[in-house]
Amino acid sequence: MTASTNVLQPVLRTRGLMKRYGTVVAMNGADFDLYPNEILGVIGDNGAGKTTLIRSISGATIPDHGTIELDGKAIHFNTPEDARKAGIETVYQNLALSPALSIADNMFLGRELLKPGLMGSVFRKLDHKRMEAFSRDKLSELGLLTIQNINQTIETLSGGQRQGVAVARAVAFGSKVVIMDEPTAALGVKESRRVLELIQEVNAKGMPIVLISHNMPHVFEVCDRIHIHRLGKRLCTIDPKQVSMSDAVALMTGAMEAPASAAVD
Amino acid sequence: MSRSGSEFEVNLHNADGAVAAFERDDRSALSVIRNAVRDYPTLVPAVVLVVSVLCFGFVAPRFLSPGVLSLVLQQVTVIGIVAIAQTLIILTAGIDLSVGAILVLSTFVMGRLAVSAGIPLPLAIAAGMTVGTLMGAFNGFLVAKIKLPPFIVTLGTLSVFTALKLWYSGSESIRNSDIEANAPTLLWFGEAAARPFGATITYGGISLILLAALFWYILQHTAWGRHVYAVGDDPEAAVLSGIKTDRTIISVYAVAGLICGFGAWVAIGRVGSISPISFEEINLATITAVVIGGTSLFGGRGSIPGSVLGALIVGIFTTGLSLAGVDDYWQMFAVGNLVLIAVALDQWLRRASL
Repeated sequence: MTASTNVLQPVLRTRGLMKRYGTVVAMNGADFDLYPNEILGVIGDNGAGKTTLIRSISGATIPDHGTIELDGKAIHFNTPEDARKAGIETVYQNLALSPALSIADNMFLGRELLKPGLMGSVFRKLDHKRMEAFSRDKLSELGLLTIQNINQTIETLSGGQRQGVAVARAVAFGSKVVIMDEPTAALGVKESRRVLELIQEVNAKGMPIVLISHNMPHVFEVCDRIHIHRLGKRLCTIDPKQVSMSDAVALMTGAMEAPASAAVD
Repeated sequence: MSRSGSEFEVNLHNADGAVAAFERDDRSALSVIRNAVRDYPTLVPAVVLVVSVLCFGFVAPRFLSPGVLSLVLQQVTVIGIVAIAQTLIILTAGIDLSVGAILVLSTFVMGRLAVSAGIPLPLAIAAGMTVGTLMGAFNGFLVAKIKLPPFIVTLGTLSVFTALKLWYSGSESIRNSDIEANAPTLLWFGEAAARPFGATITYGGISLILLAALFWYILQHTAWGRHVYAVGDDPEAAVLSGIKTDRTIISVYAVAGLICGFGAWVAIGRVGSISPISFEEINLATITAVVIGGTSLFGGRGSIPGSVLGALIVGIFTTGLSLAGVDDYWQMFAVGNLVLIAVALDQWLRRASL
């Protein structure tokens, strides 16, 4: 897939993103390319600036300089809401779920459906039935629902189940890109496996996915390309079939120079 | 399991498939109760209210008369209305110590304009409610935009608004006879709407019930209401979910100010006159009602009906104990214990949930 994607236009592309927090440089000219249909891994040592990069393309951080393009058009996100409206959905490491609200409430938080007719337009009444049915459908589709109490609050769910809800929310509403930040970090072996399968299932329907993870076996297993982030920018992009895990770690930690041949762009 | 999977996971296909089953595994009586209370937070205050009414009826039979029970409703009308405002703010994990000052300042705007300046009553009332809304919005602005803790913000505005109240009123009351002569409609909420079986139901009491129903609807059935809960529950998650949290918080404080402004009109009817030293204990009284009503001071959980029930419980205790011949300080003692029990219960529920 790697060879063919090069001629395609990237779905999401950034050039020269900069971000400073006081004297700390979090991004120093970060480039990023995500091609249609691919699963792109993003790896990097702690403090390399992965999170700032991801927050920039999901609207949670506003970069000081640089450009972000979605489908070739320059975009500018001021809030996560802007990114969501543009079709970019993110599963944050902390999941961004409200514990005291129900599964359905969380699925539709910030984009609630109103009842049709006067009840919706004048009395602003929410269409709980429609939102619950939609949430149930999406969770079932992903094989996450066995007992159907969609009104259960998030706090009554296990870690794996919460992750499932966050993934379902992103997949249900993401129309262009789904970003997953450490989706398996808090999960057991079995749950991690399920999330990886989910990623592949969602990708199989044509959705490009960005996977940020510290788990090398997971990244090498599911990703088509791997973006290595180092010192606030992209060091290189590698093909997981041609570069070994140990070389990737060496590149990521600076133990090895970036080989010219490994850089895709 | 598409593609290879890692080697150490080869036996995973034998694992139990129930990865993310949405099952409840808690069946002990205690956890059933705990879940019921968590799902229906008004259950506890409702039960406490019924039990305490029955207990006081047993101790002092006179208590169960329609007259006494309706008197309790009249006594808690203003506290109940302001408790609705306080609930909205506490749901966002805030607190408002300035509600009493907003309430009384609004009564003076209405009273001075309608009675002393002779401005048409609807305009005077609208002006009073507008002033209440602006004071609330000012609190909200300081909390959301300047990022100051709500406790400190409203502690400061409590003094500011109290000073403005004393300045604007000239430290003088507006007498009942003056209100009756110039703007009798200001007293409308104190009038009896019906007198069934010797009870006196005032328009103010009815307005409390209607206002509670309105805000119950808004919290449960509108997007704004869901956002109020989300902002108090986990502000970071709310932002990442695309909620404009600053706007939500400012609007909550502004709406709370508006409710206090409305409460001002009801308060004039209830008291019959306008005094700069009235309602000085209402800040803590509303927080007491909200906490007894099961709303968490940490935000994100609680309900409007609970707070109204909380206000009623305090009224029932105070009236019931005084009918039973118990001294004032033991009434305070009992209410204080109720607050402690309510907060302990909330902690227990929160611990169970995380």
